[in-house]
Amino acid sequence: MPRALFRRLALLLHRNRFRSEMDEEMAFHREQAEKDLRAEGLNEENARYAAARQFGNLSRLREQSEQIVAFRIETIFQDLHFAFRQLRRKPGFALAAILILALGFGISVTIFGFVDAALLHPIPYPHPDRLVALYEVTAQLPNSGISRLDYEDWKRRNTTLSSLDVWAYSSHLLRQGETSERVSTALASSGFFHTLGVQPILGRDFLPSEDLPGAANVVMLTYATWQKRFGGRADVIGQSVNLSDDSYTIIGVLPSDSIFAPRGNGEFWMPLRGDECEKFRECRDLLGVGRLRNGVTVTQAEADLKRVAAQLEAQYPGSNRGQSAGAQLLSESFIGDYRPILLTLLGGAGLLLLIACVNVASLLLVRSESRRREMAVRGALGATRLRLLRQFVTEGALLAVAGCAFGTAFASVAMPVLAKQVPTQMAGGMPFLHRVGFTAHTAFFASGIALLAFVLLSLMPALWLVGVNLRDGLSEGGNSAAGRLWRRMGANLVVVELMVAVTLLAGAGLLVKSFYRLLHVDPGFDTSHLATVMIQAPGSRYVNNQQTMVLFHEIEQRLSALPGVVSVGLTSDLPIQCNCNTDRIRIPGRPYNGEHNEIVRREVSPGYMATLRTRLLRGRMITEADDLPGPMAVVINESMARKYFPGEDPIGKKLGDLVLSPDSLREVVGVIADVHESGLDEDIWPAEYSSIHRVADTGFAVAVRTADEEKTILPEIVRTLHQIDPSLGVFHEMTMQEWIATKPTVVLHRASAWLIGGFAVMSLVLSIVGLYSVIAYAVSQRRREIGVRMALGATRRSVYVLVMKQSIVLAATGLVLGLVCVGVVSMLLRKLLAHVLFSVSARDTPTLIAVVLVLGVAAVIAGFLPARRAASVNPSEALRAD
Amino acid sequence: MAKKPDLLPGTLDMLILRTLARGPLHGYGIALSIRRFSDDVLTVEEGSLYPALQRLLLAEWVKAEWKMTETNRRARFYTLTRLGRKQLGLEISQFEQMIAAIGRVLATSEEV
Repeated sequence: MPRALFRRLALLLHRNRFRSEMDEEMAFHREQAEKDLRAEGLNEENARYAAARQFGNLSRLREQSEQIVAFRIETIFQDLHFAFRQLRRKPGFALAAILILALGFGISVTIFGFVDAALLHPIPYPHPDRLVALYEVTAQLPNSGISRLDYEDWKRRNTTLSSLDVWAYSSHLLRQGETSERVSTALASSGFFHTLGVQPILGRDFLPSEDLPGAANVVMLTYATWQKRFGGRADVIGQSVNLSDDSYTIIGVLPSDSIFAPRGNGEFWMPLRGDECEKFRECRDLLGVGRLRNGVTVTQAEADLKRVAAQLEAQYPGSNRGQSAGAQLLSESFIGDYRPILLTLLGGAGLLLLIACVNVASLLLVRSESRRREMAVRGALGATRLRLLRQFVTEGALLAVAGCAFGTAFASVAMPVLAKQVPTQMAGGMPFLHRVGFTAHTAFFASGIALLAFVLLSLMPALWLVGVNLRDGLSEGGNSAAGRLWRRMGANLVVVELMVAVTLLAGAGLLVKSFYRLLHVDPGFDTSHLATVMIQAPGSRYVNNQQTMVLFHEIEQRLSALPGVVSVGLTSDLPIQCNCNTDRIRIPGRPYNGEHNEIVRREVSPGYMATLRTRLLRGRMITEADDLPGPMAVVINESMARKYFPGEDPIGKKLGDLVLSPDSLREVVGVIADVHESGLDEDIWPAEYSSIHRVADTGFAVAVRTADEEKTILPEIVRTLHQIDPSLGVFHEMTMQEWIATKPTVVLHRASAWLIGGFAVMSLVLSIVGLYSVIAYAVSQRRREIGVRMALGATRRSVYVLVMKQSIVLAATGLVLGLVCVGVVSMLLRKLLAHVLFSVSARDTPTLIAVVLVLGVAAVIAGFLPARRAASVNPSEALRAD
Repeated sequence: MAKKPDLLPGTLDMLILRTLARGPLHGYGIALSIRRFSDDVLTVEEGSLYPALQRLLLAEWVKAEWKMTETNRRARFYTLTRLGRKQLGLEISQFEQMIAAIGRVLATSEEV
């Protein structure tokens, strides 16, 4: 009806004329009625009165007529205007409500931003659901590397992959004149980027032949490196760069949005080198990436590769016994570690949001109760119930929109702040952090929760309005069924809040305990006053172990001479890193059936164990004497002694390689208490320690024990190392405690403990305030009743009991339901929690008891304050009032 | 005073249109006319009359103009439009169908 629309528009524009015409028409009507009544014999006054009565409520009539012709929007504006005025009149309420909502929204949107970036588009490659990560699998190692020869066979024999490529971690020394910088690099088979679906933004991809031995040295730059080191210039293509004393020609630049997460810090990508390791099937340092053929599932591909692996096992029993294959979605290998914690955080944020909304809803309920009279007056003045309902709906919408706006603003600040908390080293492996921020998804999510909050916020008072008898509002002291109704509703809401708070508190308790346990894992050495630094020496300069030995000795001497240094030790790998660099051993004189006896192997300097302050249990440590050629001595850890020499004295026992070659035989000379070589949350493997002076490894680490502050000495150490040889690549200089604190497991545990802990504290405060307001409101409603009781002889004590009982009953209900909730959640999310929690059961009794105590005490306080007010009621005053 | 029966729901528009079919009238006149023609059985509440008139105006079934009454008072007179006349025919036939249907239901014998 466009004509009607125009008419409405016209009326909207000439609103005043419409009103005056309407008024005139009504006045005319009344006059006529009066006249007729007078004609029937009534006197003037009675006639006017009768006419007015007959005519009914003038303003209501006008409103009804206006509603028919006017746009709905106009009344909505009226409602909005009124809602604004209402909120302005009670700024405390409005502020509290909007703040609570903004907090709930802000936190949820922030966490969702991370979840969205990480889980919803996990990898930046085309058809991500067809990309798989491939590993070799043994009983001990679920995702071990692949050897080059195995890879070639997999590639030839599989029937489920359209392409299969491999890559490997590497590092190089970027030579710049006299100095060197150690850079993270990666090696890849020539089709690697093709398989991923990545095309260089500049230059070209590797050629198929470039990963074969003898090919020219070529390198591709990641976008960040191109920008940082080459100023983003287009003419870098064809230039050469010196990496570990080899000259490489730059052939391409990779795009910025396709960072390969596992090597996110990698600066240079070069083809596989065809080095010594690649000639042996035992040397497994490659990781596979494959693209599934159309219609093939991950499971089918895995079965196919297992079949190939079984063929290889039969063909090469010496190297491939027990080597199977495994596949998982590439996206899973990228973000699998982060999923449990992100989902946990999202769950926590969701619960907090729920509490925030329920809390504001109950605030609204209290307020609607105090607005009874206003509603009653508006009703009497002709507002229909629908119109009053709409007023509440408008106010709910206003709150939800304001909360959402402020919450979104909060999230836009919080997202980058939170993302920056991730240590740089770790952030390199989380390229999704760049995508955290405002996207269509986050906006959609924010509006979604705003809508839900709006429904909840307008539903609560609306339900109240339906249940309440407005006419009671006009009479004083209308404390009837409605008050009881609200008390029931409000009380139920508070129980919900308490229940959610219990769940969050329990979660927080478990995470904090788990974090505490993680930090208090005995690492087997003294982590305080320990400065560490990693070194990569140029292989061209340190070719044999004579040369490295000279370097090692000089480092030891020069660093020991620094003021404040107690001792210095060198190691092939620092502790708390990984169960990597392993070796398979065989013990002479024992039956051997090709089983995998995988142990961690570390080369250390004689001073290393003393520097770490590891505990010697039996025999002796590695000494200078072990540097000399001749029979090799090893120190083993306690786990190794327990596993391979149970009930025997390991001292004097021999270890050898799989064929017991005479060169490989070494004698156990000592046993130390376990040192955590792997992550704090990982198992301790059997380990052997031999002298670092017997191998010519150019990658190693230095540990320096200081008398006091270890942080300040780090620059001094780096300076001294560069004085010894400016071409040494020195990196990761940090204290042992920083080293531990920046480990991904520790970071994730700390983040979840802090965040969920914060959510839990907020939820505790909100729910206790909620409980307090319910009890306080009940007391204010029952003032008169309490006055009567006291006048009739009730003691203050019994009043306390009366009020406290209500509080305790509510709190206890919330607690019990919350505990049930915790039980159900811990059962449903068993798997997820197992990932998130470290050495704490999801139903850890002490934690649950602590939660009960905290909430119980808080509830008692929340009940005590109103109870004291109730007990101090003066009976005579209470009775006189209303 | 005995309570007068309420108007059947939905019939007010029809009654107004039918009243206006006899000639232009102001609001009070319409109310009066309906009461008179129904022998005081049907009373149109002012509270429903004026909103209804606005509705009819909006649908363009009636039009309104300010004119002078016989007593020289300014009043808003409503006139039936062509559209309104068509609508009246429609509503009457629908109403009659319904009355007939109700009549048939009421006329059935009690033992079913």
